[in-house]
Amino acid sequence: MTPAAAPDAPLLQVGAITKTFGGFTALDNISVDIRKGERFGLIGPNGSGKTTLINCISGALRPQVGSVVFCGEDITQLPPHLRARRGIARSFQIPRPFKSMTVLENLMVGLDFAKVDSSQPEEDVAMSILTRMGLASKASASTDTLSQVELRKMELARAMAVRPKLLISDEAMAGLSSSEVDEVLDLLISLGEEDITIIMIEHIMQAVMRFSERVMCLDAGKIIALGAPAEVMGNKRVQEAYLGT
Amino acid sequence: MMKHRNSIVFWAGAAVFLIAVLSMTQIVRNEYPFFAGYVILQFIALAVAWSILGGYAGYVNFGTNAFFGVGVYTAVALFKATGAPLVVQIAAAAVVGMTLGFGVGLLTLRMRGIFFSIATIALAIIIETFVMNWRFVGGAAGIQIQRPPVMAPFDSYVKMLFFVQALLVVIAVSIARYIQNSRIGRGLQALRDDELAAECTGVPTLKLKLVACMISGALISAAGAPAAMYLQYADPSSAFNLSYSVSALAMALIGGTAHWIGPVLGAILLGSTQQLLAVTISSEVNVLVLGIMLVLFVVGAPKGIIGLLRPRYRLRAGGKP
Repeated sequence: MTPAAAPDAPLLQVGAITKTFGGFTALDNISVDIRKGERFGLIGPNGSGKTTLINCISGALRPQVGSVVFCGEDITQLPPHLRARRGIARSFQIPRPFKSMTVLENLMVGLDFAKVDSSQPEEDVAMSILTRMGLASKASASTDTLSQVELRKMELARAMAVRPKLLISDEAMAGLSSSEVDEVLDLLISLGEEDITIIMIEHIMQAVMRFSERVMCLDAGKIIALGAPAEVMGNKRVQEAYLGT
Repeated sequence: MMKHRNSIVFWAGAAVFLIAVLSMTQIVRNEYPFFAGYVILQFIALAVAWSILGGYAGYVNFGTNAFFGVGVYTAVALFKATGAPLVVQIAAAAVVGMTLGFGVGLLTLRMRGIFFSIATIALAIIIETFVMNWRFVGGAAGIQIQRPPVMAPFDSYVKMLFFVQALLVVIAVSIARYIQNSRIGRGLQALRDDELAAECTGVPTLKLKLVACMISGALISAAGAPAAMYLQYADPSSAFNLSYSVSALAMALIGGTAHWIGPVLGAILLGSTQQLLAVTISSEVNVLVLGIMLVLFVVGAPKGIIGLLRPRYRLRAGGKP
């Protein structure tokens, strides 16, 4: 089903997408290529369109204009679950756990439905992901007993259960203490070392700087800067967007 | 291993239940217990079927009466046209109910929460109006049904219907249990908790909701199919009575929807209370009692009887039978 992409082709190609809500243009002609294995930071002030962009990539929203191509396949019209099966997983800005399930069962959903090879029993795979995330001791806990940082980690663990090629982390560090931020950041970096491409939306600049190989800054639905982290931070328009003129 | 043993216990229980029902029809002479018991069994089947969509998936369907009435009238029409035996009537009702579930699901399952519920109420009104104007099955005035001769080993038609409804209960419960323990059950549970998160985790939410709606619809229509034979009569306003919807929903919620046993317990509790009150006080008090019990449970035990019995089910819905 997935055509073999050229080895150096980008993993994800966002082609000139425009998304409007009524008269409001949330994304205006956005194009960007994400390379395989890249750690990509996405920044911008509130309301600049970051979450809308990743909603268009993960399938929660469909753009009116433009295309999303993943591994050489046009996925613009696919519903989210088919994108998840092709290897796009995400976490949510406000954690959205399956509340009636335990932490382990939350992961089992992804393992059950993302159709990955099951040479190992699913529970073992789920446990190994939880161990990896430092949540093994919480496996049979209810999600409403988790702390904020644990919830964030659980969301990432659940996304990992889909066995993603592309992981989108939507402000996984919002509201965490600085040591917790480092903890989650280390996790994300270590996932990136396993050939998982990661798009990270974040407001915490130190985290973005440490994590990203490239950073893109959105403002009012437009790309105002794209490049190496230091370069983007030094960009005058980026500083204006954040600090105001 | 554990699962395997649970299955043995379950099927042994189902067999014992059916054997007990069968021997009861052979031993007990008085017809009344079967007449009353039929209604309770019918409500168990309805509540269990309802909870597949309403409980597992969290889509509150107010159209139980639509599916029930469609079951009744499929049986009536088929019987009048061809004199088909009861088994065929029930099977046909299940097929029609499933088809209706598919059509309705396709149209309404994209709506969330209260909007879905309202759409399902409208469904019953539409179909009832159609049947009221369908002369062949008696229209608004209803239709008398002449029961065919009863089959061995039963000595009365009501006893046979009692056994048939018991069989439908076993079928409904086994399907509900299968779904609960399967991938489908986990997917439904996930989408009930959070539909977008479920989609993004790979769960084909629309497909699963459709499957749940079709199975639920088929089982409700099947449970309704023998009703005309039971009453020897059918008319649109009783076949499409909203009380079927309210009862099925109340029984499932009072029992608890996280586990298939919940609707069974709820239907037994409410169904037998209703039968008792209908005999001792009046059939109007039923509705009052239903309402009061629903309020009490919603306030005091939102997870139903099973939530009270096993606190673990407050947390998890999937799992062991």
